[in-house]
Amino acid sequence: MVSEPILQINHLTAGYNDAESPVLKDLNFTINQGDFLSIVGENGVGKTTLMRTILRQLKPLKGNVDYFPSAHAVNIGYVPQFRNIDSEYPLSIRDFVGLNLTGFKLPWLSRSERKRVNDMLVHTGLQDLANRPMGQASGGEKQKAYLAQALVEEPDLLILDESTASLDPVSKNELLNLVEEINQKLQVTVIFVTHDIALAKKYASKFLLLAPGTYVSGNIDELTNDKVWGMMESHV
Amino acid sequence: MFNFEFMQNAYLAATVIAILCGIIGVFVIARNMSFLTHTLSEIGFAGASFGVFMSWPPLNGMLLFTTVSSIIVGQLSVKPARRENVISAISALFIGLGILFLSLSNKNASYATNILFGSVIGISRADVWQISLLSIVVLAVIFVIFRYLKFDSFDPVGAQVKGVNKQILSIVFLILLAFSVSVAAQIVGSLLIFILLTIPAAVAKYFARTVGGMMLLAVIIALIGVWLGLYLSYVTNLPVSFFIATIEALFYFGALLTQGSQKSV
Repeated sequence: MVSEPILQINHLTAGYNDAESPVLKDLNFTINQGDFLSIVGENGVGKTTLMRTILRQLKPLKGNVDYFPSAHAVNIGYVPQFRNIDSEYPLSIRDFVGLNLTGFKLPWLSRSERKRVNDMLVHTGLQDLANRPMGQASGGEKQKAYLAQALVEEPDLLILDESTASLDPVSKNELLNLVEEINQKLQVTVIFVTHDIALAKKYASKFLLLAPGTYVSGNIDELTNDKVWGMMESHV
Repeated sequence: MFNFEFMQNAYLAATVIAILCGIIGVFVIARNMSFLTHTLSEIGFAGASFGVFMSWPPLNGMLLFTTVSSIIVGQLSVKPARRENVISAISALFIGLGILFLSLSNKNASYATNILFGSVIGISRADVWQISLLSIVVLAVIFVIFRYLKFDSFDPVGAQVKGVNKQILSIVFLILLAFSVSVAAQIVGSLLIFILLTIPAAVAKYFARTVGGMMLLAVIIALIGVWLGLYLSYVTNLPVSFFIATIEALFYFGALLTQGSQKSV
């Protein structure tokens, strides 16, 4: 089966102030439906800029981002790295997951919306913890709840932005096993942004390696340590 | 006690105000706006003085000042780091104006005390209607924007990712808060408004696990405070705001103690 593209980036130049010193320059790549793409690179190479451009929070300085079949039809779920959830945060995991069901609708969730929340709690293994306050959940459980919240809107494309950065190795693998299962079972396309090359190689099917002013992309088995170090060193 | 019309009016107005404050207070707490609420109450005092100076009902002056200033705060302090300083500056300006208008209007000090600390006997049936109408408007707007307001208040990062228009939502909420402050001031006075707008919701946060649950609990705590406060004030002839403040503060300290003992188990 030939995969259809879901997102195509053509000659993208992106940054914040002006086109003279952009963070990303002339970037080209395609993400197909069902891909598990890992975007790797050091701090400051433009991973967040690229994510903000894909999320349509930042306009390209040059070039364009095309969504298929259309920009409106592609529903994007995003799991950011940081959330302000302290130990006194009152909402239960179930209520937190349901926050993403917005719209000018009745304040309470409908029966079908409640079912969607429950299904996602089951998918992410949180069904037994659904009534626990988010403030008392562990780091791994919180990340699963963020994931469930992003998934409750049934996205076509799921972006995990450094979501595993603060987790211990066991929780990292647990979360990514879950993402892998969602990618395969629910056919959700995944973009996983990370520093961790080993983790990217273990789970992703494709990669995009960003370095200052340049990039390389391909199938994940082409991502070798030599390639990574070569790109990093040439810009030191 | 209910043979007196002023007590009937006070109980009716207090009930409406407690429901309004319990509900909106949940968002005040979630959005960390206790400080702004306190400032809006000072601005309300200035507005009431302006109303007196202009020979308007004080509530109208309050509505004008709190609404205009909340829009200014909303426009000037989008960045949280700047918010407290902007609020302090605006607060100082409005307290100054309040003192100026009060002195220009030639009213005596007891009038100022009424504005600052509230008055039970001053509430007419017409006031009850006005308070109810304003409360219904505020609650109706919350009903319509509820899901967006809930998302933005309890998970601002998630709401931003979703593309919720935070600036419009923030200004709409500030206007609703301004209305609530002006309405609540009728019973507890502008100085003690934040009692009803923050403490019941802050207590509810410790015990409820859903936004609906927090609202229900906050409304119950606010209702106990105003009903019991009015009764004790009637019996003892002491200021109602003293009793409401004390009851709500006891709720809060009780909640803190309960939480402390739960954590140490």
